[in-house]
Amino acid sequence: MEFKFSVENQEKIERIIQKYPEKQAAVMPLLYLAQEQHGFISVEAMREISQILEMPETDVLGVVTFYSMFHQKEIGKHHIQVCTNVSCMLRGGMQIFDAVKSKLGINNGEVTSDKLFSLEEVECMGSCGTAPMIAVNEDYFENLSTEKAIEILNSLK
Amino acid sequence: MEKIVLPEIENLHLIDTYVANGGYDTAKSALAKSSDEIIDIVKKSGLRGRGGAAFSTGLKWSFIPKGSGITKYLCINGDESEPGSFKDRQVFEFNPHQLIEGIVITCHAIHAKKAYLYIRGEYHKWIKLMQKALDDAYERGFVGEAMKAKYGTDFSCDIYIHKGAGAYICGEESSLMNSIEGKRGYPRVKPPFPAQVGLWGAPTIINNVETIANIPPIIKKGWEWFSAIGEQKHPGTLLFGVSGHVNKPGVYELPSGTLLTDIIYNYAGGVPGNKKIKCVIPGGSSMPPLRGDQLEGIKMDAESLRAAGSAIGTGGIMVMDEDTDLVKVLARLSKFYYHESCGQCTPCREGTGWMVKLLNRIVRGEGSKSDIDLLVSVASNIEGNTVCALGEAAAWPVRFMITRFRDEFEKQVSDHVKLEVKNKVHSMRATLNPLASVEN
Repeated sequence: MEFKFSVENQEKIERIIQKYPEKQAAVMPLLYLAQEQHGFISVEAMREISQILEMPETDVLGVVTFYSMFHQKEIGKHHIQVCTNVSCMLRGGMQIFDAVKSKLGINNGEVTSDKLFSLEEVECMGSCGTAPMIAVNEDYFENLSTEKAIEILNSLK
Repeated sequence: MEKIVLPEIENLHLIDTYVANGGYDTAKSALAKSSDEIIDIVKKSGLRGRGGAAFSTGLKWSFIPKGSGITKYLCINGDESEPGSFKDRQVFEFNPHQLIEGIVITCHAIHAKKAYLYIRGEYHKWIKLMQKALDDAYERGFVGEAMKAKYGTDFSCDIYIHKGAGAYICGEESSLMNSIEGKRGYPRVKPPFPAQVGLWGAPTIINNVETIANIPPIIKKGWEWFSAIGEQKHPGTLLFGVSGHVNKPGVYELPSGTLLTDIIYNYAGGVPGNKKIKCVIPGGSSMPPLRGDQLEGIKMDAESLRAAGSAIGTGGIMVMDEDTDLVKVLARLSKFYYHESCGQCTPCREGTGWMVKLLNRIVRGEGSKSDIDLLVSVASNIEGNTVCALGEAAAWPVRFMITRFRDEFEKQVSDHVKLEVKNKVHSMRATLNPLASVEN
């Protein structure tokens, strides 16, 4: 499956590259763009980026695999991230994770069959003072209880 | 008490409010000063880095080669991924312009034309808030080419936000630079230090967000004023993030040297149900934990905490009450370091995995007494044997948690557990200190 950046994204790319003295530095912002456009980062997208930035495809892959926020597989429409690190754990983060897991019927790293939800147990998101928390795609939901977390899931369509 | 980084002014995040409160005036006066003068003020102020190492900021700046003839860079570290640390997001949200003004002044001090503000990828909301503030500052001519006319100087600098993508290690300064350069976030071997060889091989200064946000007030009110706040050797205010078992978790800006018990009981409202405190991690998850019965009199500054057997780190205070299962806490923390180890150095890559396995075994009730010493041994073999400080960050919690709370671990292990020998970790439990016979 071929991958091409949209016209709008191509203009963005021009501006992003200008920010850095060397092209390769734009690889992370470009991977974000590809992921936004396509839902995940495909081999074709990596090839396209490697050509735009004149860097080896393997180096692009190396970056993708290093950072946990780049996805090489399709994720759900709502990507549910539950923090279970210590500050959240002390305030019930583990229970929320278990509740979300059984509510969605999937394990960590899996996607529901209707592709609506995916679940990820994440490391500290910087919400320690407002723990426990979950994040749905880019949005944080903080100061949660298990009930509130389930309510949030119920409200997502 | 005066707040320096997060003053209680409504809508301070808006450029109009910030300017109405004297914002960007300091940048103008700073740009009229020589770079040496500014470095001297910061040095005399005693400001120390707020990212964990508490190194003198002025001294760090003075390491960079002088003059404007060579390309130099400034990086601002807003990766903030240490569990228990959530202070920088307050700056992005409530006082972004003070950070931008601090960046402009710092760029002038070190002759950097470009600054990269690295913000962790999960902070989508705060990246947008920061970008908005930056766009506003550009529009008004406080940053970029237009600042020459605005401030009446021939110096200008550009500020770019670089979004991370979920790697704790990128908070390590050399790893952060590799990440900006578009590489895997592997830490670099030091020396050479970034002040000599940094971003794209050019001299680079890397400071924490909170550190840079302290710069405008120091230039505005003078080093004498700043150095008189809090503890003399570690002056100023610190953003203490209190989390865990407290009634009012949150970020509290207080003078350095504030009593830890004062922060927990007065500011953070004490422990729910008036329970006793079993353990406190005073500076973010990597710092050695303290016993709850030994908190009296501990002051929150670099020197006092070192004397108490811990470190100030990022000032993230994690409070655990008497009912907390510390073995589970440590197992979870070790899982974090295992997940975040970049894999470059063998002791850290392998050791963090071993520690998780051993700790999970104890949590499952399958631990034997010798596992406790084996854990300490594995931790000790990571410490000091890695390129970056993640080795220590992973080893300290294990080593100190076991040393200071050994009874907690002994309660959960038994000598009667028999496990079949499946791999090396299992086979090593036969000897108490498996590497004792290995010299160095």
